[in-house]
Amino acid sequence: MSDETTTGLNNRKILMWVFLGSDCMFFASLIGTYLIYKGMGLPHPGPSDVFDIPTTSVSTFVLLMSSMSMVFAYAYLVRSNIKAFRIWMISTIIMGATFLGFQIFEFSEFYFHDHLSPQTNLFGTTFYALTGTHGIHVTIGVVWLGIIFYSSLFRNTVSAKTNLDLDLAALYWHFVDIVWIVIFAVVYLFGTFKGFPS
Amino acid sequence: MVTNQKNKINKSDIHEHNHPSVITYFKVAIALISLTALEVVVYYFDWLGYGIIPVMAVLSIGKFAIVVMYYMHLKFDSKLFTYLFMAGLILAMVVILWLMALFGWFK
Repeated sequence: MSDETTTGLNNRKILMWVFLGSDCMFFASLIGTYLIYKGMGLPHPGPSDVFDIPTTSVSTFVLLMSSMSMVFAYAYLVRSNIKAFRIWMISTIIMGATFLGFQIFEFSEFYFHDHLSPQTNLFGTTFYALTGTHGIHVTIGVVWLGIIFYSSLFRNTVSAKTNLDLDLAALYWHFVDIVWIVIFAVVYLFGTFKGFPS
Repeated sequence: MVTNQKNKINKSDIHEHNHPSVITYFKVAIALISLTALEVVVYYFDWLGYGIIPVMAVLSIGKFAIVVMYYMHLKFDSKLFTYLFMAGLILAMVVILWLMALFGWFK
């Protein structure tokens, strides 16, 4: 669906890109805060004490696959293949929810097993603030995709003509994915890398 | 004037349909999985020392760029979207580097 605008581009899509650009700065402030407080305050429990790289690698894989599933859903909607669109949409939602499940599992392990809470030390504060904010973004994404899926299934309001609605949700979903790409490398991999000289 | 307006409308039509095929999306997914696997493998190379930082940066930036270009369609959409996003991204990197400089990371 196209609107007549001075730029020739859809204003909602421009607005979404402006929002994503501003959200980059939001996450930058959280990542920056995590980095500057890294190694300060009480050292234990620290990243090496709590992180389990194989588990987080699996959850990263799930989120990356959800992005692939999302573009498949979009591609099939544009081609008016509603059945395939619904299959890929539900798989995206399931993978998004699975990622959240991993995060809940991880947080509960850290809290109950490793006794790491946001009040424990600076690492706990900055880690939960950063990954918790990302988790909230994922939750919003899952709900948004869920609403689109529901609309497609029960209200029949999703079609190739309204693909911009899905396009905007997909942009948001991929953004959540790229933020995690950065968090996974900076927080998890650098945080526990054993090769740094002590 | 009328022709001009028609052209504008057509431009916004094109960006919605000029996207890659499903096969391309699948190939991109394979690239993302490979780069993530490579990140995890490199993570176990302790002998890299601080050398892991540029290696990991290249791998992460590669993944980031692939998702933005292909899955978010910036490679195919209007350049205005790229400018808007890059403005935010560059400011974000400045925020991080500025914070790190303020707290003496580069001393």
